[in-house]
Amino acid sequence: MGDEALALGAINAGLSGAYAYPGTPSTEILEYVQKNPVARERKIHSHWSSNEKTAVEEALGMSYCGLRAITSMKHVGVNVAADPFVNSAMTGANGGLLVIAADDPSMHSSQNEQDSRFYADFAMMPCLEPSNQQEAYDMARYGFELSERNGIPVMVRLTTRLSHSRSVVETDDEPMAQNKLHYPENPRQWVLMPAISKIRNRQLIKDFDAFVKESEESPFNRYEEGHDHHLGIIASGIAYNYLMECFGGNCPFPVVKVSQYPLPEKYMRRVYDSCDALLILEEGQPFIEKSLRGLASEGKKIYGKLTGQVVRDGELSPDSVAETVRKVAPGVKELIHREVPGASEIVVSRPPALCPGCGHRDVYGALNDALKEFESPKVFGDIGCYTLGFLKPFNAIDSCVDMGASITMAKGAADAGQFPAVSIIGDSTFTHSGMTGLLDAINENSNMVVIISDNLTTGMTGGQDSQGTGKLEDICRGLGADPAHVRTIDSLPRLHEEMKQLFLEEIRYEGLSVIISRRECIQTARRHAVKK
Amino acid sequence: MKTDIVLAGVGGQGILTIATILGAAALKENLYLKQAEVHGMSQRGGDVQSNLRISSSPIHSDLIPQGGADLIVSLEPMEALRYLPFLSSEGWIVTNTEPFVNIDNYPEMTAVETELARQPRVVAFNMDEKAKSVATVRSSNLVLLGAASPFIDIDTARIEEAIKGVFGAKGEKIVEQNIAAFRAGREAALSTIHK
Repeated sequence: MGDEALALGAINAGLSGAYAYPGTPSTEILEYVQKNPVARERKIHSHWSSNEKTAVEEALGMSYCGLRAITSMKHVGVNVAADPFVNSAMTGANGGLLVIAADDPSMHSSQNEQDSRFYADFAMMPCLEPSNQQEAYDMARYGFELSERNGIPVMVRLTTRLSHSRSVVETDDEPMAQNKLHYPENPRQWVLMPAISKIRNRQLIKDFDAFVKESEESPFNRYEEGHDHHLGIIASGIAYNYLMECFGGNCPFPVVKVSQYPLPEKYMRRVYDSCDALLILEEGQPFIEKSLRGLASEGKKIYGKLTGQVVRDGELSPDSVAETVRKVAPGVKELIHREVPGASEIVVSRPPALCPGCGHRDVYGALNDALKEFESPKVFGDIGCYTLGFLKPFNAIDSCVDMGASITMAKGAADAGQFPAVSIIGDSTFTHSGMTGLLDAINENSNMVVIISDNLTTGMTGGQDSQGTGKLEDICRGLGADPAHVRTIDSLPRLHEEMKQLFLEEIRYEGLSVIISRRECIQTARRHAVKK
Repeated sequence: MKTDIVLAGVGGQGILTIATILGAAALKENLYLKQAEVHGMSQRGGDVQSNLRISSSPIHSDLIPQGGADLIVSLEPMEALRYLPFLSSEGWIVTNTEPFVNIDNYPEMTAVETELARQPRVVAFNMDEKAKSVATVRSSNLVLLGAASPFIDIDTARIEEAIKGVFGAKGEKIVEQNIAAFRAGREAALSTIHK
């Protein structure tokens, strides 16, 4: 798997700490470090963090001390970590620091298609984008070196298809030695007070030229000559593979393969000057295309997502790339043609559903029954398996926005006069980003109910340790919730009536209540049963 | 050689185990390999698929282009039909006929059967029953792998070695059951093809 290749590459390149919060498609990176024998022997840090922000900060702390660290998250996790991420370009890195962002175009398991390359760009940080598993492996070591050579964290951008695709990778025979603890040459740079930041910002702007030069000399970027200059193609990351697939490896047009940013300007200039028109193939949003429109003012045609020749949303595929090439270079004979059978008309979609035996089911069943007694209840949902409560048969939630938003949106709604205002959130999401919002609601004794549906794990991503397990009641009371209205119940079918009554009582109580409904995730429970 | 396979099923049925076994066998044969799968929300009882590409020459894309798959291998009949546009003009469908009904609007079984029968190259039988007759119903994915094996140019002994490797930790009995399921599936497919 691309995720695993990158993790193994980092371990073999002298990694000392991996920090992450689970999120598809990035989860397997930290999981791999947890299982790897070398990582265990070396006691490489691999405990899950509470959220992406704490993960990036912890990794930055390790880098401050001169050790090599990685921090990994899904693309929307970068939003949570944006504060330390952007500012880490200002502090710079001491030990090599890789910030791995796994984007999810097509939204296989996400709420948007944001493209992390934009973050690297505005933080003024180099970014690596492997196009295959071998590059993912090789880029870990290269990335650490790039980071240490330039004193800057480096983003590694993955996309779902690489993160979760397996291939054979050649690895090093021996893992490299780990760095020894040593402090930054310029410790003042790590104190981002305005007087210091102003100096640092000028330096960073200057360093950016060096990052461009690195990209131009990178082993991962290259210009491949072609005999037909009617068109030049710039293909980044995994899009390069699709292009090669649809030409069977024999593309007649010059191709610039991009796997390191900032963009290698000399290749961009060369392909622009020598070809009549350009086609940009990139997974995600039109990042290269937008950059290029500024660079190229001579009025040659640039085809891409903004001009409609490349599909704007979703993932690319060998088929969509072939269709694009057919559009912009009609009659190109090197393109492989295949007959495509028609789709079957009887096939219907099969949406995911909560597992049979899942405690979230019991929570929704009882909650729906309790809410029947009210005219206009609103239930604010959150991110996790229980988001599936939106679908049939429950149709139980009215919103799902971002990690922790159930509590704060319910509070805003309660402020607006909504009654009943109910928030439903999982245990891991609660400790990720729900606790701070709960403090707001406690401080104002908002008239709302927070249900923490505790399955003792991070279920959606496959059952990683949840940071609040065994502590949820203490956390809520510690934040100042009234102990009389911090209630606990087991989410079991036989307790349906009790759950319903408990929900009713706390909804009717005028003020803030927290109900912790608890039952182990059926998936992890099965695994634990097998182990025993 | 080159075999492009679309593996299909419903989350939790065990198609990724098939991919793991074939991947291990291909690795032993020093073949190139790419295997794309989807994790996360898509796994919870929804449709799942994996693209497995095995070849003696380097493979570019992790995804199989439409009209390019040599095989659709499915643990569920409607899921096999979902990927028809990916099948090449010479490609085969190998599928379980036992439906997995977890949605209200699952099509009439006769319609699914008719649609499958319309396809020119199909191996379809009830793999759950076959698995039960030689091992347990949980081995139906290995029956499917066996049924697909005549279309994959990897030595059967290699695949059996890989099965031992994958299930070895679970004990001798589980290995034996899975080998039995694999062989039963292969035999059933061979007798269908030669009919």
